[in-house]
Amino acid sequence: MTTEKTEEREPITGMEAPLYLKYKFTAGESTAKFLSQLKLGRLTGQRCPICSQVYVPARGSCARCGVATNETVELSDKATIQSFTIVHIPIPGNALQPPYIVANLVPDGANISFIHLLSECDNEAVHIGMRVEAVWKPEEEWDYAMENISYFRPLDEPDVPIDEIGR
Amino acid sequence: MAELAAVIGIGQTKYQTKRGDVSIAGLVREAAQNALIDAGLEWRDIDAVVIGKAPDMFEGVVMPETYLTDALGCNGKPMLRVHTAGSVGGSTALVAASHVQSGVFKRVLTVTFEKQSESNAMWALSNPHPFSPHLNAGAGGYFAPIIREYIRRSEAPYDAGIKVAVKDRKHALRNPLAHLQLPDISMEMVEQSPMLWEPLRFLESCPSSDGACALVIAAEDLATQAPKKPAWIRGGAMRSEPTMYAGREEVNPQAGRDCAKDVYSQAGVTDPRRDLDCAEVYVPFSWYEPMWLENLGFAPEGEGWKLTMEGATSLDEGGDIPWNCSGGVLSSNPIGASGMIRFAEAARQVRGDADDHQVEGAKLALGHAYGGGAQFYSMWIVGSEKP
Repeated sequence: MTTEKTEEREPITGMEAPLYLKYKFTAGESTAKFLSQLKLGRLTGQRCPICSQVYVPARGSCARCGVATNETVELSDKATIQSFTIVHIPIPGNALQPPYIVANLVPDGANISFIHLLSECDNEAVHIGMRVEAVWKPEEEWDYAMENISYFRPLDEPDVPIDEIGR
Repeated sequence: MAELAAVIGIGQTKYQTKRGDVSIAGLVREAAQNALIDAGLEWRDIDAVVIGKAPDMFEGVVMPETYLTDALGCNGKPMLRVHTAGSVGGSTALVAASHVQSGVFKRVLTVTFEKQSESNAMWALSNPHPFSPHLNAGAGGYFAPIIREYIRRSEAPYDAGIKVAVKDRKHALRNPLAHLQLPDISMEMVEQSPMLWEPLRFLESCPSSDGACALVIAAEDLATQAPKKPAWIRGGAMRSEPTMYAGREEVNPQAGRDCAKDVYSQAGVTDPRRDLDCAEVYVPFSWYEPMWLENLGFAPEGEGWKLTMEGATSLDEGGDIPWNCSGGVLSSNPIGASGMIRFAEAARQVRGDADDHQVEGAKLALGHAYGGGAQFYSMWIVGSEKP
């Protein structure tokens, strides 16, 4: 039995109760196709049969038209910066050291952006409309993941006029 | 035809970094009790309870409503939880209002909360997705590129966001419930605060707060008997749109414009800047003030920043359309409650009960919330007079 007096104890203000979540991702037909092509080093999208817009990564439907997308389109790994932010804080669970640039990129042939890292660039010179290209990891490291692309870097090409980005 | 409904009780907690003296149950009960006292009512007078909070992932308490039923006096009464991400505080108030407007319930208690000291919203909003690189850096990381595009399009001066950050913190000094109390706030202080997500600085972002907000909403016959002046609900609207689709307008989202049009038409508002006396609008990052000034029709597209820079939205500068007199989300952010605080503060204004941050003679006010990838909108207009 404890002889410790109540008033000598530290007040209890909380307790650690960790909860671990492990997800099993069911990719579905469209995302499975996208990830399978990515493993081969290819970016693909899907075209909406109604509005003709090309989605990447395709999730199986056009959220605007509410219809399935099933025409697969091969895309370039060159892209245009739609917008970006220079982040000065770390991402929880990611070893990436700040500052780093997260850009919304529209790959050639697509009509929607995805986010990816921008590197090998002068941070101050990055701008909307700038042309960039993917820098892929060594082939033996390719998996079913967008991380097969290490980052994007600037291309020596003229800017895309802003009204034409993603059109 | 919907029945008339009014806010007859408002209860808030003091917003602060950590409320170590209460559990989540204690926090929501405190706000609810304050609302009942304000309405001159007892727990037994309530017919139904509607509760809301942001994602369960924040505190890691899954379905917290299951353990909050007794704290909120729900024994033997209907209880409903609402969830629409950051806009949940607003949509929860609207669901509670429609419980009364439907004629089914006479008095409904509605409560929203977040206990960010027991949560990690940055972590909860930065989870990896299997079809995307792991680069989502919290809410600021998501909104910063959209803000950059707004600045490019509108050619706004670089310090418009800084001005909002100062203005709302000055408003907070008038509101003892506001979390951030920064008496020395200045343009220089905001400008020199660390850059987090360019172009957003630390002081251009909302804090993490513990807090809860509650409302009692009553039917017309009971509202007219309430001890304090009711805030009459003159219109309410919600809209949503998908997070991502090709060609989506992210700077000036369609769902926000449609929601505003709907709520204005219900309340007979044709020119919001002229017809409304003030507004409480969900501005978690400074630049969202000029962006929402345009989205909500207070200024033509591309010119929202002009109202901000002229001081039109500032109580301290005698502006004609003060926004966020309470200090807004930039000064207090218990996420799940933040939308309801906007709705409650709009109601306080038209009840003439906003103390030092009162807009003199306010008769018609807008409460606004948005959430998700700027894809969920909820708005109400409250008035000092019955429609």
